[in-house]
Amino acid sequence: MSRRRDDYEQSWWKGFKEWVDGAVDPLASGIEIQIPEKEQRDKEMVHPGDFGQTQQSLYDGRGLWYFRRFYQVMSVFLCLSIIFVLLWTVSYLPAFGNAGNPDNNEVSARYIEQGLKETGAVNIVTGMILDYRAFDTFGESCVLFIASCCVLVLLRIDAEDKDAMAKGKSKKRMAEANDRIFEPKNDIILQKCACVLVPLILVFGIYIVLNGHLSPGGGFSGGAVLGSGLILYLNAFGFKKTERFFTEKVYRRVTLSALTFYCLAKSYSFFTGANHLESGIPLGTPGAILSSGLILPLNICVGMVVACTMYAFYTLFRKGGM
Amino acid sequence: MGAPLFVNMEETVSVILFGVGFTMLMLHRNLIKKIMGMNIMDTAVYLFLAVKGYISGRMVPIVTDGIQDVSAYINPVPSGLVLTGIVVSVSTTALMLALTIRLYERYGSLDLDEILMRAAKEERI
Repeated sequence: MSRRRDDYEQSWWKGFKEWVDGAVDPLASGIEIQIPEKEQRDKEMVHPGDFGQTQQSLYDGRGLWYFRRFYQVMSVFLCLSIIFVLLWTVSYLPAFGNAGNPDNNEVSARYIEQGLKETGAVNIVTGMILDYRAFDTFGESCVLFIASCCVLVLLRIDAEDKDAMAKGKSKKRMAEANDRIFEPKNDIILQKCACVLVPLILVFGIYIVLNGHLSPGGGFSGGAVLGSGLILYLNAFGFKKTERFFTEKVYRRVTLSALTFYCLAKSYSFFTGANHLESGIPLGTPGAILSSGLILPLNICVGMVVACTMYAFYTLFRKGGM
Repeated sequence: MGAPLFVNMEETVSVILFGVGFTMLMLHRNLIKKIMGMNIMDTAVYLFLAVKGYISGRMVPIVTDGIQDVSAYINPVPSGLVLTGIVVSVSTTALMLALTIRLYERYGSLDLDEILMRAAKEERI
C-alpha cells in the first residue's frame, strides 16, 4: 500500500473516497428542505387519499421554485453544450460513405470474404451474429428473458389478490389492472380483420425466422412480427381464446427450452476448449433453406423467445398476468 | 466546422437527435416523457451506427450471385450492433414502463419531483 500523506485526514481525496463509499451524504447539508417541527410534521403526515392537500403544502416553498428555474437553465445549458461537443466531434469524423474509412477494416473484410465458407449463411450479418458472435446473441436473448421476468415481478397480480378481488375486498388498482372486465367484446370489424390478417402475419413471421440466413431478417425481427400477430389475435378475440394455447406455463416452457437449447448448442465450443474445432454439422449448400449448420435452429430459438417475450410484455401490462 | 457537418449530414442529424432526446430526459418531469426521450436517444444511436456502416454504391451484406468481394458489400459489423441495441432498448423500455406503473400506483403521480417529495415525506415520518 502506498504511503499516506500526512494531511490525508483533511484532503479532498478522503472526502471523495468517502463519498464514493457512501459514507457521507453530500446532500445532507446543502439541500433546501426545511425539516418542520414535530407538531407540524404530524399535521402534514401523508394519509392515503389526501394527495391533493399534500401537493398544496409541497409547492408553496419559494426556494423550490428557484431551484426549479436554476435546474431548467442549467439543464438547457448542459444539453446545448453536449450537442455542441458532439457536433464538433462529428466535424472531425471521416466523410460519410467512404470506403477508406477506418471502420471498414480487416474485421469486416474477413466476415465478408470468409463468412459464406465458414458459416454457410448467405446473409453475412446473420452469419456474424449467430456464428462468430453467437454468445453475444445468447446474451441478448437472456437480456430479453430477464427483462420479461422483471416486468413479471413488478406487475404480476397474485392468486391472493385475485381471491381478494373475488370477495369484493379489492382495491381500485386491482380492478383497473385487471381490465378483462372492460375489454371490448365481439367487435365485429376487428374480428373480421383479424381473421384475415392474423394468419398472414404469423406466416410472414415464420417466413422471416426460417429465412434468417438467406434474406434480411432473422430471429429478432421475425419474433417481433409473430408477437405482434399474437397481440392482434388477443385484442380481437379476448383472453379466453388465447389462454387455450398460451398460458404462463407455455410461456415458461417455450422460453426456457429455447434458451437451454441455444446454450447447449453453442457451448460445444466451450467444452471443446474453444479451439474452433469442427462442429460436425454439415453446412449444406449455400442458399438452401436447410443449410448453414446451427444457424437455422438458433434463429428459431431466438424467434420463439422474442415472440413469447413480446406477447408476455403486452399481457403483463394489460392485466398483470399471462 | 460548417462544411464537414454538411458532408456528414446523417451523423449531424443523429447527434442533434441525441441531443433532443437528452434534453427531454433532463427537462421533462413526467416519467413517461423521460422514457420517450430515452427512446429518441436510442434511435439516434441506431442512426449513427447505420451511417457508420454505410459505404456509398454498395449492396447490403447478403451474398448475391456468389460475389464474395469486400468491394461489393457494406460493412456488416454496425448492422449487428444495431440489432443488439434494438433488443436492449426494447427490454429497458419495458422495464422502465413497468417501474413507472408501480411508482404511479404507489404515489399517484407521474411527476418525478412529486414522487421524490412524497417518498422523502414518508421517510421522515
